[in-house]
Amino acid sequence: MATLLDAVAATGRAVIHACRETGKVAIFAASGISHIFRPPFYGRLFLSALLEIGFFSLPVVALTAIFTGMVLALQSYTGFSRFSAEGAVANVVVLSVTRELGPVLAGLMVAGRVGAAMAAEIGTMRVTDQIDALSTLSTNPMKYLVAPRLLAGTIALPLLVVVADILGVLGGYLISTVKLGFNSANYLTRTMNFVETMDVASGLAKAAVFGFLIALMGCYQGYNSKGGAQGVGAATTSAVVAASILILAFDYVLTEMFFAR
Amino acid sequence: MSEAVPKLRLTGVRKAFGDKVVLDGIDLVVPAGTSMVVIGGSGSGKSVLLKCVLGLIEPDAGRIEIDGQDLLTLPREDRARARARIGMLFQNGALFDSLPVWENVAFGLLATGRVPRSEARSRAAEYLEQVGLAASVGELSPAELSGGMQKRVALARAIAARPDILFFDEPTTGLDPIMGAVIDGLIVDCVKRLGSTAVAITHDMASARRIGDQAAMIHRGRIIWNGPAGQLMDSGNPMVDQFTHGRREGPIQMELRR
Ligand SMILES: Nc1ncnc2c1ncn2[C@@H]1O[C@H](COP(=O)(O)OP(=O)(O)OP(=O)(O)O)[C@@H](O)[C@H]1O
Ligand SMILES: [Mg+2]
Repeated sequence: MATLLDAVAATGRAVIHACRETGKVAIFAASGISHIFRPPFYGRLFLSALLEIGFFSLPVVALTAIFTGMVLALQSYTGFSRFSAEGAVANVVVLSVTRELGPVLAGLMVAGRVGAAMAAEIGTMRVTDQIDALSTLSTNPMKYLVAPRLLAGTIALPLLVVVADILGVLGGYLISTVKLGFNSANYLTRTMNFVETMDVASGLAKAAVFGFLIALMGCYQGYNSKGGAQGVGAATTSAVVAASILILAFDYVLTEMFFAR
Repeated sequence: MSEAVPKLRLTGVRKAFGDKVVLDGIDLVVPAGTSMVVIGGSGSGKSVLLKCVLGLIEPDAGRIEIDGQDLLTLPREDRARARARIGMLFQNGALFDSLPVWENVAFGLLATGRVPRSEARSRAAEYLEQVGLAASVGELSPAELSGGMQKRVALARAIAARPDILFFDEPTTGLDPIMGAVIDGLIVDCVKRLGSTAVAITHDMASARRIGDQAAMIHRGRIIWNGPAGQLMDSGNPMVDQFTHGRREGPIQMELRR
């Protein structure tokens, strides 16, 4: 009986903790967003965050996209050849890449790369009193540290996904024409005729949300880290894990919103 | 009223972390243009006290007045404005390691948005010189400096914005005795020349007597002694005497043993 009650109590505590944490993240996000729109603006910091998230993630995202496109072509070819529907490979590749795999995989890669770095940087600033020092120098740390990163994340990820979409389709095209013997012009026509604006646009919208979530979790975990190097390490891990889970959860929600009628 | 309003007045400030009471009703008055030295054992809450005034830690109770205005009841914007006039030297320096040294020093100037970068840069060089560092140090990153140099850069950053009130959290810890004396001189100079009011935490009695007009000792969350800094070594209070003379036997140790 006592163990049962303990289990109930533990569950209750976990739920309360989760609710409280969600509320804190929401308040943090609202405050961060509000600082994006109120002066002073830190353009220099925004640009360096954009460079860090967007430009320096290009190689990772590009490689991920190309290989994903290649695997997609191979897999769907072996699958569809059983129904003599090999022609649908082009459709499957372009649809999967633009709607799903481009944004989700780019998001996950960037979460690992950038979310971790953000949490570590801001977390170190927290535990070495640098964030406190900012506020004593008439600078709001939410505005100086968080707002530029949130904005940069939201803008950088769609740009990365444009690249990922193109390279993903390219990967599928290469495998289909070089290895599977598709006619190059046919494949491209099929791709172009099949893909709709909505497919690409929804993917880019997802990417914007994912980019925001990555920056949000990186900033939130770093900002609230405590307890020296160990605390910063924990914050870094939480930032990546939380961002990855949120990306997958929001991917479902957004897909539901865009495509379920 | 004939008596001038003090620059800073704390009344009954309390702060506990969980069930650990750190500040247990601090009363402290710092008149304008004077400097107050705060001494007390490690972990007695000196840094927490300064952070409460700066608004970095929210006290549980009490009044914190600057120029007679209670910060804790002021509207948020006025509170931020009052606190913007306080400069702080953090115990561990807290330099921004993503910025070069000169931008650290000029940070407060640049944050006002009224000083162009080129001018801020030359002003930073002046402040660096004042703390005994060559202008070329300004190009380095904080990680390339020794601990003592970081402390001096942090000091330059705290005084560069010419605040009304200056807080120093152990300004001379980690410096050699000569540089310590130079820094003390600089602090005295800021207070006398700029008319700032200063609160300095220190463990160095020579430094305490050089910097302070007034001194106070904090113990178990309360101010247990308050008087002229010149009397620190012969205050007549057994706890203060034990602390300033660094004796192992005395009332403070008795309490720790319990
Ligand atoms: N954010 C915090 N959360 C929990 N406890 C804290 C926090 N900040 C300080 N404390 C506790 O408050 C007490 C006083 O800390 P404080 O840093 O003010 O000491 P101090 O007097 O400055 O000591 P020192 O001379 O060593 O710098 C310590 O016991 C510390 O553990
Ligand atoms: Mg301290």
